[in-house]
Amino acid sequence: MSETVTIIDYGVGNLFSLKSSFAAIGVTATVTADPADLEKAERIILPGVGAFGDAAEKLRVCGMADALKTEAAKGKPIMGICLGMQMLFDKSFEYGEHEGLGLIKGEIRPISDVIPKDLKIPHIGWNALHMKGEHPLFRYIKPNDCVYFVHSFYGADCDDAVIATAEYGAELTAAVASGNVMGCQFHPEKSGPVGLNILKAFCEM
Amino acid sequence: MITKRIIPCLDVRDGRVVKGINFEGLKDVSSPVALGQYYSDHGADELVFYDITASHEGRKLFTDILTEVASTIFIPLTVGGGINTLEDFDRVLKCGADKVSVNSGAIRNPTLIGEAAKRYGDQCVVLSVDVKRVDGVFRVFAKGGRENTGMDALEWIKYCVDHGAGEIVVNSIDTDGVKGGFDLEMLRAVCDIVSVPVIASGGAGSIDHFTTLFNTLPGVDAGLAASIFHFGEVAIPDLKNELKKHGIPVRL
Repeated sequence: MSETVTIIDYGVGNLFSLKSSFAAIGVTATVTADPADLEKAERIILPGVGAFGDAAEKLRVCGMADALKTEAAKGKPIMGICLGMQMLFDKSFEYGEHEGLGLIKGEIRPISDVIPKDLKIPHIGWNALHMKGEHPLFRYIKPNDCVYFVHSFYGADCDDAVIATAEYGAELTAAVASGNVMGCQFHPEKSGPVGLNILKAFCEM
Repeated sequence: MITKRIIPCLDVRDGRVVKGINFEGLKDVSSPVALGQYYSDHGADELVFYDITASHEGRKLFTDILTEVASTIFIPLTVGGGINTLEDFDRVLKCGADKVSVNSGAIRNPTLIGEAAKRYGDQCVVLSVDVKRVDGVFRVFAKGGRENTGMDALEWIKYCVDHGAGEIVVNSIDTDGVKGGFDLEMLRAVCDIVSVPVIASGGAGSIDHFTTLFNTLPGVDAGLAASIFHFGEVAIPDLKNELKKHGIPVRL
């Protein structure tokens, strides 16, 4: 039986590549804007591009935030990608202070807080993953495999949840996990075969 | 450490890649999908698809081709050519492009970059600029490098970055097609005034040119080229191995 995944559509970012990547690994992806669909989902992807405050508001207003928390509490595999990962955190300091979903303990802060002044922002391009311990998400990839990043903010104070970092003047949070809730700061759907292998591993959970 | 990106650029006309591209084992040498896949499988860090007819004939990109490319290739895709309005941004982004490159469209409408950056984010907006020395001054050229706008290139680049261009592709008309190396002087001048990624274009003729580029100018983030990759003069895996030997971080 083929695996399925449900991608949350809350009007933030483009889901085309994400949907195509699941098709490429033989997983049936359903895109939904209806919170009721999360209950029957096997596993859930929370995507996101743009500003935290705006996205968090949209997620709340459409009822997805509550539905997502309910499914997370049931132990359903959930993966946030890029801004979607950041939304899993307690709060963000991107242009003000905004409340997140509180599924990952920690805060989202500007990378300018921790990287040297001469480095460019955003952190954009391919960077090597430094895994911390072993996580099933990485079962099909090797240490130092490169993935594609585009971000100006990062997950801070989340040491317990960090499963990988990437070095950009500082070790920046690249992936987090707390039980069934996972997140990637990078874009697996834009990270070639390495990215597809991470999505594949997620779909086997 | 962030790696230096190697970016092949594919010129597309009427849905086919122009210039006689010839790789062993590649049957349809002018299919954007087949070529994109080939490059993706052979070390390209990103792909640029440029609709060369669009900018001067007003033709729209063949978005069905782009859709097919984006459905099968999972590395960043930049699309350029004929981008004049926010609707053009919308059209190519919906087909799976990650970044949109503007050139003449931004010259005609200097507010385009700012509006696009506000709607899609800076990371999505790439300024592509064709630059040529005229009486010792860097000038912006339009219409595929055929028309001198009289604009000062460094001022124009600064203006675009201030308004939200997230990356700059600097194409030196002076070195383009000569294969004598990148325009280090021009690139240095650009790196000195911007803090967004700079992509070097124009003049690559050998692996050494890339090594020199990244060693001389640490501020350059990526090298873009077309014919030397297309004609097989430089294979991207060989290029990246050589860069690595010189201590330049690359994705292998």
